[in-house]
This record gives sequence, C-alpha cells and structure tokens, in this order.
Amino acid sequence: MVGETLRNLLLIAWLLPLCGFAVEIFGGFWGSRRSRVAAWLAVGCIATGFVCSASALTIWGNANGWSVLHHAEHHADETAADGHVAHDSVTPPAPETLAAADAHADAAAKPAAEPDAQKPQDSSAAATTAHNDSADHDHQHTAASPAARTVYSGTFYRLATFGSLELSLDYYIDSLTLVMFTMVTFIATCIHLFAIGYMSEELTEEYVDHHAHLRNGHHVHRPGRFYRFFAFLSLFCFSMLGLVLAGNIFQVFIFWELVGICSFLLIGFYTERKSASTAANKAFIMNRVGDFGFLIGLMVVWTYFGTFKFADTVDVDGHVVQAGLFHMLPRAADGNVIINPENGEVQIGAAAANPGNTHKTIPYYLLVVAGLGVFAGCIGKSAQFPLQTWLPDAMEGPTPVSALVHSATMVAAGVYLTGRFYPMFVQEVLLTIAYIGCITAFVAATIAIVATDIKKVLAYSTISQLGYMMLGLGVFGWGAGLFHLVTHAFFKSLMFLCSGSVIYGCHHEQEMPKMGGLWRKMPITAFTMLVGVMAIAGLAVPGLVGPGFGQLFAFSGFHSKDAVVATALAYVQANPAHFLLFILPLITAGITAFYMFRLWFYTFAGTPRDHHVYDHCHESPLIMTGPLLVLSVLAAYCAWGGEQGSLYLLITGDQPAYVSHGIPAVAGALTMPGHDAVHAVHHQAGTYALIAAFSGTFLAWLLYGSGKVDVAEIKRQLGGVHGFLANKWHFDELYDALFMRPTHVVGRFCASIDRLIFDAILHGSAAATVLVAKWDRAFDEKVVDGLVNLLGNATWSAGNSLKVLQTGRLRQYVMFIVAGVVALFGVLLATFPR
Amino acid sequence: MSLDAYLLVGAVLFVCGVICMATKRNGIGVLMGVELVLNGANINFVAFSKYTQLGLDGQIFSLFVIVLAAAEAAVALAIALNFYNNHLTIDVDRASKLKG
Repeated sequence: MVGETLRNLLLIAWLLPLCGFAVEIFGGFWGSRRSRVAAWLAVGCIATGFVCSASALTIWGNANGWSVLHHAEHHADETAADGHVAHDSVTPPAPETLAAADAHADAAAKPAAEPDAQKPQDSSAAATTAHNDSADHDHQHTAASPAARTVYSGTFYRLATFGSLELSLDYYIDSLTLVMFTMVTFIATCIHLFAIGYMSEELTEEYVDHHAHLRNGHHVHRPGRFYRFFAFLSLFCFSMLGLVLAGNIFQVFIFWELVGICSFLLIGFYTERKSASTAANKAFIMNRVGDFGFLIGLMVVWTYFGTFKFADTVDVDGHVVQAGLFHMLPRAADGNVIINPENGEVQIGAAAANPGNTHKTIPYYLLVVAGLGVFAGCIGKSAQFPLQTWLPDAMEGPTPVSALVHSATMVAAGVYLTGRFYPMFVQEVLLTIAYIGCITAFVAATIAIVATDIKKVLAYSTISQLGYMMLGLGVFGWGAGLFHLVTHAFFKSLMFLCSGSVIYGCHHEQEMPKMGGLWRKMPITAFTMLVGVMAIAGLAVPGLVGPGFGQLFAFSGFHSKDAVVATALAYVQANPAHFLLFILPLITAGITAFYMFRLWFYTFAGTPRDHHVYDHCHESPLIMTGPLLVLSVLAAYCAWGGEQGSLYLLITGDQPAYVSHGIPAVAGALTMPGHDAVHAVHHQAGTYALIAAFSGTFLAWLLYGSGKVDVAEIKRQLGGVHGFLANKWHFDELYDALFMRPTHVVGRFCASIDRLIFDAILHGSAAATVLVAKWDRAFDEKVVDGLVNLLGNATWSAGNSLKVLQTGRLRQYVMFIVAGVVALFGVLLATFPR
Repeated sequence: MSLDAYLLVGAVLFVCGVICMATKRNGIGVLMGVELVLNGANINFVAFSKYTQLGLDGQIFSLFVIVLAAAEAAVALAIALNFYNNHLTIDVDRASKLKG
C-alpha cells in the first residue's frame, strides 16, 4: 500500500508541471502579455509538487518507522563512544525487524488488493535473499541495512517490447529519490517565485532588449515572453522530476534529453542575442558528445544484461521474473565484483538468484566500457572536465534559469545518475570518476579566481563543486557526494538568486568591477549572499561545533565538503599512489573560500567603484527577497548534524549495501574505504579543510576586503598566470584548435570536393541537357513543324486557286455540268467501243 | 417502236432542259429546265424498264424521281419566293453571293 501511495504522490508531483506547461504555453499564447497567470500557475504546480513530495517523504519514513534515522543514531552513539569501531557485531534491534515484517506483509498483501501486474513491487524479498546467500557472515549487517526494505519500484506504462527486452516507464522510489524530489520541488518553488519578480520586465507588449542589436544599430523590440519563460520552467521541472523518478536507465536517458532541450530553450531565451543562441547551441552540442558515450553504455547494457530496469521485476506472487540491473552484478562478501579468473568474464545474474540468467556472462572490460559510457553522459550533463566549457556560457540565460537549471538541479543530474547507477560501476570506472571530478574541481576553481562577471564566478564555482561531488562518489563516498549535491543545490541556488537580485537591482550590470559597496543599498541580498558564501566556503567556528546547538556554528558546506574531503583522505591513506585525490580537493577548498569571499567583498563591501551603477541600484521587491531569506536558512542549516544529521542519513538510507563497509583490495586492485575508515580520519580531514577555508577567506579579505593591498599591482606582476586563468586555461582555444579548425578544414575539403567534382559533373550534365534540348528544338521547328506547315500551305494554296471556279453564277455551273456530262460521254464512248 | 426512239426523245428533252437552264435568267425558268432534264431521265428509265431486263425497277425509279422533283420544286420555289422578297427579282445572275 505504501508503495502505491508513494507512487501516486510522486506521479502527481511529476505530471503537474507538465499539465502546467501545456496550459501556460497555449494559454499564454492566446492570452495577454501582461498577465501573471502563467507564473502563478507554474508556482502552483511546482508548490503542489513540493507538498506531494514532502508528504511522500513523510509517508515513506513512517512506513519504515524512520529506521534510517534510528539506525544512524545507533551508529552515532557507537562512534561517539568508541571512536572507530568495527560495528559488524552490533545488530540494531527492534525497529528494523518490525519494519521488515511490515514490508513483507505489505508485499504479501499486494496480490489480493491489486490484481493487475503493473503496480508497485516491493523488491525487498529478492534483495534480502540475494544478500543472504552471498554473504553469510555479513548477514546481520545486510539485514540491518535498510536498503532491503525501503525501495519501491514498478511500472507505470509499457512502451514497447522487443523479445525479452522491454521499454517502459518505471519508477524507482528510494530515499535518494524522495530527497531529490523534495529538494528539487522546494528549490524550484523558491526560484519560480523569485522569477516572478526577476522576469517582470517581460510583462509588456513591447520589450526592448538592450543587449541585442539590429543591423541598423537599433535595439531589438519584441513582445514580452513572460508566459513562455514559465512554461519552459514547468517543462523543465517535469523533465527533471521524471529523471529522478525513472526506474530504468533508458527512461533516465529520455528525460536526460528532455532536460537537455529545456536547458537549450532556457539558455537561448534571449534568442535575439547572438551570444545567447550560440551558448545554447554550445551547451546542446557538448552534451551530445557526452550522450554519445551514454548511448554506448546503454548498448552494452542492452546487449549483455537484457534489461534496463534498476530493480527486479516481481510477479504477483512475489517471485522475481526478471532481475534488475542493480542485482545482476555478482559481488563477493567483501564487495568486490566476482570475476572468472580463467576468461576474465563476469557472470551476470547470480546475485539475483534468477535461474534464467545464470548462464549469461559479460567480459569485464565491457563492464568498464558500460560504466565509462554512462559516466561520459554525466560528464557532459554535469559539465565535468573535459566538457566543462559549456556551463559558463550557459549563463547567457536569465538568472533564475542559471539558479535552477545550471546549478541546483539539471547539472546535478549527472551526479545523481552516477550515484543512482553506482552498483554498476567497477573500480576502474570509479577511479576515473574520482580523477575527473578532482581535475574539474581544481581547474574550475582556479578560473573562478579571475572571473569578473558575477554569474561567471558562480558558474565556475558550480563546475568546481560538481567536481567535488564526482570526486566524492569516485572515492567511494556515495553518501558524501550526494550529500554535497543536496547542500550545494541549496546554497548555490541561493547565491545565484542573490546574484540575480544584484543584477536586477543594478539594471543588468553583471561586471563586479563596476559594483562595490552594494550592501548599503541591498542589505537583504548582501546578507543572504554572505550566508551562501559562508556555506559554500565550508566555514565553521572551530571548537564550538558540536551536537545540538553547536550545529549553529557550522554551515552546511562545512559538513558536506568535510564528508567528501574525509572520504578522499581515507581513500588516499588506503591507496597512497593516488595522493592527488586528496591534495587537490584540499587546495580547491581554500580556493573556493577565496573566490567566493572575493565575490562578496568585490560586490557588496568597500566603496562604490561606479557611481552611476551605485546610484541607480536598489533592493529587490519582497517576492525576490522572500525566497532568498527562505533559502538562506536552508542553505546554512540543511545539513544540520552533519553525517549524523537527518539529511545525510536520509540520503544514505538506501545506499548500495557494500558501500558502508568498504571494499578491501584484492589482486592489485584499489582499496575502497568503508565508513569506519572515513570516520577515523574525519577530524583530521575536517581540520585541514577548515584551515584551507579560513586561509582562503583571510586572503580574500586581505586582497579585496581590507583595502590594504593593491590588487591591480598583484595582477600586473602575475600577468602570465592571470592571463592563463582569465582565458579559462585556454580550453576554448584548445577545442577550437583540436576540433573546430580540423572540422573547418574537413568541411572546406568536402566543399571543394563538392565544387570540383560533383558540381562539375552536375554542371556538365546540365550543359549537355541544354545542348540536346536546343538540338531537339531545332528538329521540332525545322522538320516536324515544316512538314505540317507544308501540308497546310499546300491545302491553302490549292483552295485559293480553286476558289475562282466558284463564280456564284448559276448558269455557268450548268454549263460546267453539261461540259462534264459531255466529257463523261466522250470518255465512255472512247473507252468502251461498241 | 424501238428503244432508240425513246432514248432520242429523252435526249431531246434533256438537251432542251439543259439549254433552258443555261439560258434562262429567270429562276422559275431554270426550275422548268430542271423539270425537263428530270423528265428526260424518267423517259430513259421507263424505256429501259420496258426493253431490257430491268423490269419494274426502272418504273419505280422514275416514280421516285417524280417525287423528288416535286419536293425539289417546292423547296426551290420557297427559295425563289424568299429571294424575291429580299431582292425584288428572281434573276439568278443577281444571286452571286455564294461565289468563292
């Protein structure tokens, strides 16, 4: 029953924005350009979605007795008491057992209540069985892990069936899905509200776009597109929620592309601006590069696994009909993927206890290919190195779009998918993810130091933080990476909205060198921005952070970044060869604090640098500052309690079972740190990160806040480095040289082939045809027409000459008759002799 | 009485009719010439039916000719009357509008 309720609630939350989109796009087209109805409709849809999601989360939690949180309290107590303890021996007692019984009863009750096959299935039975027979000594642990009881999956609608392979719209509801749903709908609601204020200039019949010029030098005048903006936002919300709810990897791909097209539409919202349309194209094309890899991964999965579904398909009796992807990879008791040492192949389906699949195998390298392929899609979507260049350009879109699509949700979809698809990733893939994330985090952070456009700084910061999340996932910090995803979504959307408020207040001035001292003019924006900056910098007051109200002194970024850095440190301790995976993120943590405070000091503190901008700027209206205040509270404290707090525990409630206890190295492979190893280094890593953050903050204050240091002088002395960073590590130039120019050369070559060969052939044949036609015409005119004319002329002249005989004189005719008769007689007499 | 005598009479009638047609300028005169020619031909038909194996066919033929002549005369007289109404004359030489 719980599964069905959850399904229906999330279905409503998912489909409402789609209905909203349909109504807004048509109603807006026929309605008035000055009407705000579309906006309120969009807000209503997404806010209802939030209510549904939040209720779903509550129902889900009540159904399993909040075992996720209880379990963690145990864990926390343990850690508090003993420090680092191997907690295999402790079995958390009552709540789990109860919840397990509930779940089983639930599954058993279903057949009676719901006769049709397409309905929520509780995959607990299958999963539990699998874990039981795979790991005996681990039994207690797996049974204690809530993974087995809290996942609800099933099918909405079957799209097509190809033999045994089925394409369908599925759902997969676990704690991560629910947290993502709640987070996305909440942030989207705030951003929708903010956008009502931000986009209000579009509420006009004639909008003058000051950034788009016609050829005659005039600005572009066009009708306002207020309704269209909200229609696109609604469509985006629908796509994003569909992506999160998706129960199979192909469905993920479908919505993956849908959010891509929404991103395209929204980046290119000011489509008259050349820069905006180019940026939209760039974003779309770079995503295609990643999606190509995604498709390859999908093909491997299709070919070897024969299903796209995450979860097992269970028939009405609770038997597993078709094992899901997540239960197909056999893992040994220690969490390593079992490889047949003779041929390097992996048997598929053993873990799912599915007799129909036991004979299928997949070469290990193809597992790597599948993982890397899917991750390539995530690289494109989450703007990871080497496909990161599209995201800064995507800031051409309106600022609420940057906040919703290009920081909080869509770009996090890549991280989300990496986390969702985690059971399918093998060690080599995880290592790649870690390095990609690490490089991205560092490169983007360095570029953010020198960016002067307020949105560009935030864009690079987003890329950098996404790199952090990827790094966290790659170093086996499943919870850490996704934890950072959620906290980042809050504070980054907050900061983007603040920057939107600044841009709105400064009449579309985005260059920070023209700002300064704005806090006097816009105190709410400055304050909320400061909260966001402190959150992302990961600041905390050392010594005061503790349980209870001690949490007031630690911002959310402190907890989540701490989790990532701690996991990285544990990983590096276990695998010293990969020390960069800890060093670079630590440096990046410092850089992050530096550039974020630089942004704040540059924009809000000090003295006004451009009096024209300063004099005309103003605080934004309540509809914009309201969401800022709400978001700032969550941005600061959504991670209340850190890794013992409810958010982290909710996210990790359904983490893959082998994650929490880590994977020991076998045969030259890497060691994956378990939670215990991470806890052991948590304080150490946290201290390092805090030192880095504070030094970054101090440096930022020294350079930009204190006014004691001449920044221009430093910039001049470090001109080479500054130029290198300001040119974004020359990535655009590099891609220009690597891909654009060769493409142009190839294009020109193809064009010349066209011109020289195909055009020549075409022109030759055309000329020949003309020649033949001319000859043909001559033949027609001379011969055919000539013959006909000759005949006509002859007839005409004959008639002409004969007409003189017809005199019209009757008696003459009689004479002719007589002459004729006489002649006849003459002939008769001459011819027939008597 | 031999066939030749009949044929001679027929020929004389025919020639008289032709001469009448060729010389008369009065439309009625021309019509009368036509009648003479037709009757000359009729005498030939009847004579041939009497003196050859033609039998009654020649006589039937001559009856047809008489009927045709009557019809023709009726039409021709109507034309002549109309012509007169329009031109106040029936001189056939004045009726030269049909020349080519």
